[in-house]
Amino acid sequence: MDNAIVSTQESAVHEAHEHVSLPQHRHHFETEEQQREAGSFGMWLFLLTEIMFFGGLFFSYLLYRNWYYPAFAAASNQLNVPMGAANTAILITSGFFMALGVWAAEMRKRQMLVWMLVLTTVFGCAFIGVKYFEYKEKYELHHIPGANFSVAMFVNPQNYPQYPDTYSEKPLAPDMAQKTQVFFFLYFAMTGMHALHMIIGIGLLFWLTWRAWRGDFSSGYVAPIENFGLYWHFVDIVWLFLFPLLYLINRHPLH
Amino acid sequence: MSAHTIVSLPDQSTAKLPKVNYLNNEHGLLSWLLTGDHKRIAMLYLVSITFFFFIGGAFAGLIRLELLTPQSDLVAADTYNKFFTMHGIIMVFLFLVPSVPATIGNFLIPIMVGAKDLAFPKINLLSWYLYVIGGTLTLAALVLGGVDTGWTFTTPLSTHYLNTHVLTAATAIFVAGFSSIFTGLNFIVTIHRMRAPGMTWFRMPLFVWSHYAASLLMVLGTPVLAIAIVLVALERIFGIGVFDPAKGGDPLLFQHLFWFYSHPAVYIMILPGMGVISEVISTFSRKRVFGYTAVAFSSVAIALFGFFVWAHHMFIMGVSNYSALVFSLLTMLVAVPSAIKIFNWAFTLQKGSITFETPMLYAFGFMGLFTIGGLTGVFLGSLGMDIHLTETYFIVAHFHFVMVGGMLMAFLAGVHFWWPKMTGRMYPESLSKLAAVTTFIGFNLTFLPQFILGYMGMPRRYAAYPPEYQVLNVLSTAGATVLGVGYMLPLLYLAWSLKYGAIAGNNPWQATGLEWQIQSPPLTENFTEIPIVDYEAYDYERLEKMTKNEVTTVG
Repeated sequence: MDNAIVSTQESAVHEAHEHVSLPQHRHHFETEEQQREAGSFGMWLFLLTEIMFFGGLFFSYLLYRNWYYPAFAAASNQLNVPMGAANTAILITSGFFMALGVWAAEMRKRQMLVWMLVLTTVFGCAFIGVKYFEYKEKYELHHIPGANFSVAMFVNPQNYPQYPDTYSEKPLAPDMAQKTQVFFFLYFAMTGMHALHMIIGIGLLFWLTWRAWRGDFSSGYVAPIENFGLYWHFVDIVWLFLFPLLYLINRHPLH
Repeated sequence: MSAHTIVSLPDQSTAKLPKVNYLNNEHGLLSWLLTGDHKRIAMLYLVSITFFFFIGGAFAGLIRLELLTPQSDLVAADTYNKFFTMHGIIMVFLFLVPSVPATIGNFLIPIMVGAKDLAFPKINLLSWYLYVIGGTLTLAALVLGGVDTGWTFTTPLSTHYLNTHVLTAATAIFVAGFSSIFTGLNFIVTIHRMRAPGMTWFRMPLFVWSHYAASLLMVLGTPVLAIAIVLVALERIFGIGVFDPAKGGDPLLFQHLFWFYSHPAVYIMILPGMGVISEVISTFSRKRVFGYTAVAFSSVAIALFGFFVWAHHMFIMGVSNYSALVFSLLTMLVAVPSAIKIFNWAFTLQKGSITFETPMLYAFGFMGLFTIGGLTGVFLGSLGMDIHLTETYFIVAHFHFVMVGGMLMAFLAGVHFWWPKMTGRMYPESLSKLAAVTTFIGFNLTFLPQFILGYMGMPRRYAAYPPEYQVLNVLSTAGATVLGVGYMLPLLYLAWSLKYGAIAGNNPWQATGLEWQIQSPPLTENFTEIPIVDYEAYDYERLEKMTKNEVTTVG
């Protein structure tokens, strides 16, 4: 019964608000609806530019993967699938809380929105943390392109009994093994660009959390939350393409 | 005939400058630097792109001076490389790409669709600041010692062999690219979401259509340039080998990514100019644009085809024969929608009441020069010819006919056409006609010899050349001087007209667009009330009736 009363009160609030102009309504829009539609349309277009931006990297990856297939298959076997899978789960969870946050904003639940944004941030940071350990592992194995890069693991896998994945690998010819460096260039460029988007997103999340806590989004003005949600889901989706492309395809059976 | 001519303008003799308009409703530098008004941002853009145009033009002048004699005697060869690189970077990224859209488009698109402003005024202002930052970085690269990669940043030259300020210039282009992305994004959202009641897609002026098509290209193409630049930067800083053959990378990949933007960029530059020409031709022949729908869709078709021709820049650089064949075919296909436009403008002129005001002279210049530029593009698109002509002065002449003969003419046509609307004042008509004719003559004198030089085999981007090419080079340099005068004149008399020009009135050309039905200069929010559009674009009969009714009510 209590619930029923609350919900009618809420709808009454909705009614009242429809006739009051929000302070965030900008003068050059005829209606708030128009403003909201324009905002989300603009966000979708921005995401389209992001797709084109990442598209250049994906195109390079596909091209070189096609050219240097053995090197790419061997190098991708060096990536840490459990960590990548964990990160996928972390990111999907973060996206789930973001979606709940958008819902909370639309329902004008201030406290829930703040909590959801905090949880989104926590899981976003967890992703970056896991990524740090992955990068660290690559550093220790001399798989970071540059002067320190070593193809030893790909030319003489039999010397690495401590890494079962590597040990069972067929050795690559030295010139093909050099091409694993191209894989790692692209691996760092693509995951690095993705991580940069995550970090920008986390920065924005701090700002939005502060605004949500202040109550900016508790009176029906939810465009920033919705549009940020779109951005955050987009960053998730990029990872959902990166993970299989970099870690999973043509992977040898796990030991 | 006389009913249609616009010699005696009814409202111009009694016109007064409106007391309140977007120029004077706020004062002080900050009111300009923090403005959200699309018209003020357009003026900021106009000033800054003019500044960069003259810097880029100065480099063009230096290039032509060096080429006056066969030896490289004015400057050393590496300095010459820096000259043409600066000329290219400034003219392409800081002048041509933002020229019409960011100034005239910014000013007019909201008015033409009947809105108070662009959808995102703050992003619009941000895009101007990004442009300024990009411009400043370019100037920094110049002052610090220059760049000599050519505006194309071709790898491995730009990544391995040069220690000039490639990174500074690359950052400049990256930043300026985001300025262009934001402009395009703003236009698309505005055109989709902010149209006035009754303003359907097929009632929009063709200017808006062509900007819509160009905006699609900006939004889809520019990010690919951004990633190409990021990869060049990573290659220079960390030595990642994506473009380095020694490490297994492919320098050709850079060219694919670069031209995937930079060929559509050509259409980003020319499409808004085509929009200007549609408006001008229609107004000064007092006729609806012939085949409105075909012209509208040809803009979209150019944008679409424009994305699938980029490899024609690489015919001699090791793309496969099959892809060369396909790209050659697609390149010729772009000529079809471009020709549709030219033919439709010609049919608009047919049986129209043509008058020869300054914007119309520039528009005629555009039609002739763009046709030559476009047709020589078909020469270059055919594989056999391209192998003979590529990297020669024929290429240089071809793209200058399109970019300078086409786009710059269109830009000046637009500036002269809407100057009365932007400032409320007229410029001296005879002087401006002189400038238009001077530009046309100077242009042809500069670039026609270059076609012959290129056909004879003079390569581009060299400071020296065999003495037998000197006569044509001298002609070209002489032409550049005339052209320079042609560009200085508008700067002088337009500045003069700001204070001393005759008051223009609301509609000095008796044009039909929504922008001409409001005061000039317009109010900050453009309209006192949002118009309801229940008529087609370019309806001159309706305008005539409306004017008659106004007279009877006043009388």
